[in-house]
Amino acid sequence: MIKFTIDGYEVEGEKGQNVLQVALDNGFDIPHLCYHETLKPYGACRLCQVEVTKGNRTRLTTSCNYPVLEGISVQTDTERITRARKMVIELLLARCPDVPIVKDLAKEYSVGEPRFKLDNDDCILCGLCERVCREVVGVDAITFLGRGSNRKVGPPLEINPKTCIACGACVYICPTNCIKLEETESERTIVRWGRTLPMKKCTVCGRSFAPWFQLDYFSKIIEGIPADFWDKCVDCR
Amino acid sequence: MKRINNPQALEEIREEIVGSRDPDKPCITICSGTGCHAFGCERVTEAFEAELKKQGLEERIDIRTTGCHGFCERGPIVVINPQKIFYQRVTLKDTEEIVSETLRKNNIIDRLLYSHPQTGEKIVKEDDVPFYKGQMRIIFGNNGNIDPTSIEDYLAIGGYKALSKVLTDLSPPEIIDMIKKSGLRGRGGGGFPAGVKWESCRNAPGDRHYVICNADEGDPGAYMDRSLLEGNPHSVLEGMMIGAYAIGSDEGYIYVRNEYPLAVNNVSIAIDQLRECGLLGENILGTGFNFDIKVNRGGGAFVCGESTALMASIEGQAGEPRAKHIHTVESGLWDKPTNLNNVETWANVPLIINKGVDWYTSIGTETSKGTKIFSLVGKVNNTGLVEAPMGMSIREIVYDIGGGIPGNGKLKAVQTGGPSGGCIPESLIDIPVDFDRLTEVGSMMGSGGMIVMDDTTCMVDIAKYFLNFLKDESCGKCTTCREGTRRMYEILDIITRGEGKEGDIELLEELSWVVSEVSLCALGQTAPNPVLSTIRYFRDEYNAHIKDKRCPAGVCKALITYSIDEEKCTACGKCKRVCPSDAVTGEKKVPHKIDPEKCIRCGACITECKFDAIEVA
Repeated sequence: MIKFTIDGYEVEGEKGQNVLQVALDNGFDIPHLCYHETLKPYGACRLCQVEVTKGNRTRLTTSCNYPVLEGISVQTDTERITRARKMVIELLLARCPDVPIVKDLAKEYSVGEPRFKLDNDDCILCGLCERVCREVVGVDAITFLGRGSNRKVGPPLEINPKTCIACGACVYICPTNCIKLEETESERTIVRWGRTLPMKKCTVCGRSFAPWFQLDYFSKIIEGIPADFWDKCVDCR
Repeated sequence: MKRINNPQALEEIREEIVGSRDPDKPCITICSGTGCHAFGCERVTEAFEAELKKQGLEERIDIRTTGCHGFCERGPIVVINPQKIFYQRVTLKDTEEIVSETLRKNNIIDRLLYSHPQTGEKIVKEDDVPFYKGQMRIIFGNNGNIDPTSIEDYLAIGGYKALSKVLTDLSPPEIIDMIKKSGLRGRGGGGFPAGVKWESCRNAPGDRHYVICNADEGDPGAYMDRSLLEGNPHSVLEGMMIGAYAIGSDEGYIYVRNEYPLAVNNVSIAIDQLRECGLLGENILGTGFNFDIKVNRGGGAFVCGESTALMASIEGQAGEPRAKHIHTVESGLWDKPTNLNNVETWANVPLIINKGVDWYTSIGTETSKGTKIFSLVGKVNNTGLVEAPMGMSIREIVYDIGGGIPGNGKLKAVQTGGPSGGCIPESLIDIPVDFDRLTEVGSMMGSGGMIVMDDTTCMVDIAKYFLNFLKDESCGKCTTCREGTRRMYEILDIITRGEGKEGDIELLEELSWVVSEVSLCALGQTAPNPVLSTIRYFRDEYNAHIKDKRCPAGVCKALITYSIDEEKCTACGKCKRVCPSDAVTGEKKVPHKIDPEKCIRCGACITECKFDAIEVA
């Protein structure tokens, strides 16, 4: 175990863990928008700033991708950290003035009306959707497009993503709720990516439960499961 | 070329090449760098070939197309050897005269010589041209002496001697010790001690180590790495091979942007030549050292010059930086220990090995050793690539080498370090140029860009220009860099449009602090430099824009008006004819007037007026 301190309290982490993970496990409150425990840390939102003292050097850094190291001392709430987080929130609020999670953060950190021209975006470019699609689902249907101020997330070349199985992982993980899923008896659509797939009906209860294409994908990558498993809905299996 | 299996064979081949060449044989050397290509050097070369044939001199006179000579503004450059007669701006119609007069009769053609901008004196020899005289061209100088596509040319000037020496006489720790003692610091921008980096990489555990040459030069107006890779690729490759041996690497990469076709071409030719003669591959020079180099072409994203983004790009992923809490020397390309240096850094290595640490450390300042190649551009008479010893003052570079400011302009500032560098005001141009002094004054060495600005340059407009570049070239990953640079650009744009308000400067400073402290990679961390350094030294100019709604340099269109001085105007009508928006009115013999409502402030009338009658305020 690796021992270090957070705000003066002694904590322990394992090799390979990052500071944010250990902090959250121990009940420390560090705001974060692009971190999820099932995904590799990315360090895009820059909100999870902490001050880390290693040897005689103290620096501001993101805690999501800072590896736990023996003897470091981590501060989660200093004047410098607050100053940095407030500006990050102000920048995000100017980009997405109507997104609830950003508005809540602004309220918590007493960030008022942004001093910048307001945009009307609903995506904070945290990359959670892109990473869950690649790292967990494994289909890599969406990606970052463009760079700098033109950056956005979408299917490659912005055309109907042929590998998307409409599983909805991106919908579930999105912190701003900007990826919508619409479903009827016969079809499921991931609105933001323009992907519509026909639904399969359960051979037992007759209810439509998942896109054909998705079940087909799972049956190919998951081995050792009886073939009729994928014909039945979750309740009837 | 036949295989070179051991150090002795290398020396024999070298002797053979040198022995077969007559140093007194006349040779027409034509610069074939990218700048001279743009001036049409290829056709000039063909014309020389045809002329020699016509006059029956093909056997008696050689032609050599070389790498960039550096004085790009004066291209196409032709140097007649062995006398080193320097002809500039040579055109197709000059070739016949050069052959008949200079080569046949030894007559100098005055018209093609460089004339001193101040004294008007004609200068015959390359080394006497003031542009070259003040330089110390230990890295760049051979560009003009060799054909970059000829390994024989490189061998003839002592090429691969350093490699042979390290493989036979030095152990890897001894080489690393030499590089450490030489004080060589990374020329790509960071200025990190190269020897320390090599040592960390060598000591990092891993079954495979990589070396990389960063040739993803992307600063606007900077092209020193390009010219070095184009003009003397073997010097870079030799440096990489020595580094690989010292570090324990058997595979190297050159990451070069595809927009540098000549560099890609010349370095690929050089690698093929090395493989053919066995200097790349297995058991190099019979010493058991195995090493090969691959060329990886980049797509032209500025951020791919950042080491971790560059490595991601080689791996086939999007060029995005990652956190460096674990350094790339421990976990870099494909998570293996990786040592990355820039083109110029690698090219310094053979020189240090050949000439020794004492010689190398005698050049430069206490903390920055050797020379640095600068790309001297902007409002300066002699535009081009300049290699100066570390510690030379900006004044010497701009005035002695650069020939000063054109026209009656007054030097205002020098921007160094590329888009993330800073502007150094005229009052500080006597500081010695080295890594630490430039950082102290709020700028940086960067990869060596040096843009000279005169009093017709608006510093707010300059900051806006660089932020515009950075907001587009940020990868967009970090909130602070993506949104921060965009917002800084927005505020600067508002100020230049005359809509700035009280508090804008403070907001810029606040944003700058966060963008530099919080962003992940060096691009974001240094992105506020153009804003901070211009505020630091030219705050008055910002205030003039914000409070007085005035652009002192007369650049920001929304804040200036054009008028005609009735005393000076001769009513010649030129401004009236050239005005694209019909803003000039006036009859013959009556001084003209400009309608400020119609005027689009394009400046066409200023260029046209012979009497200096147009006023900008």
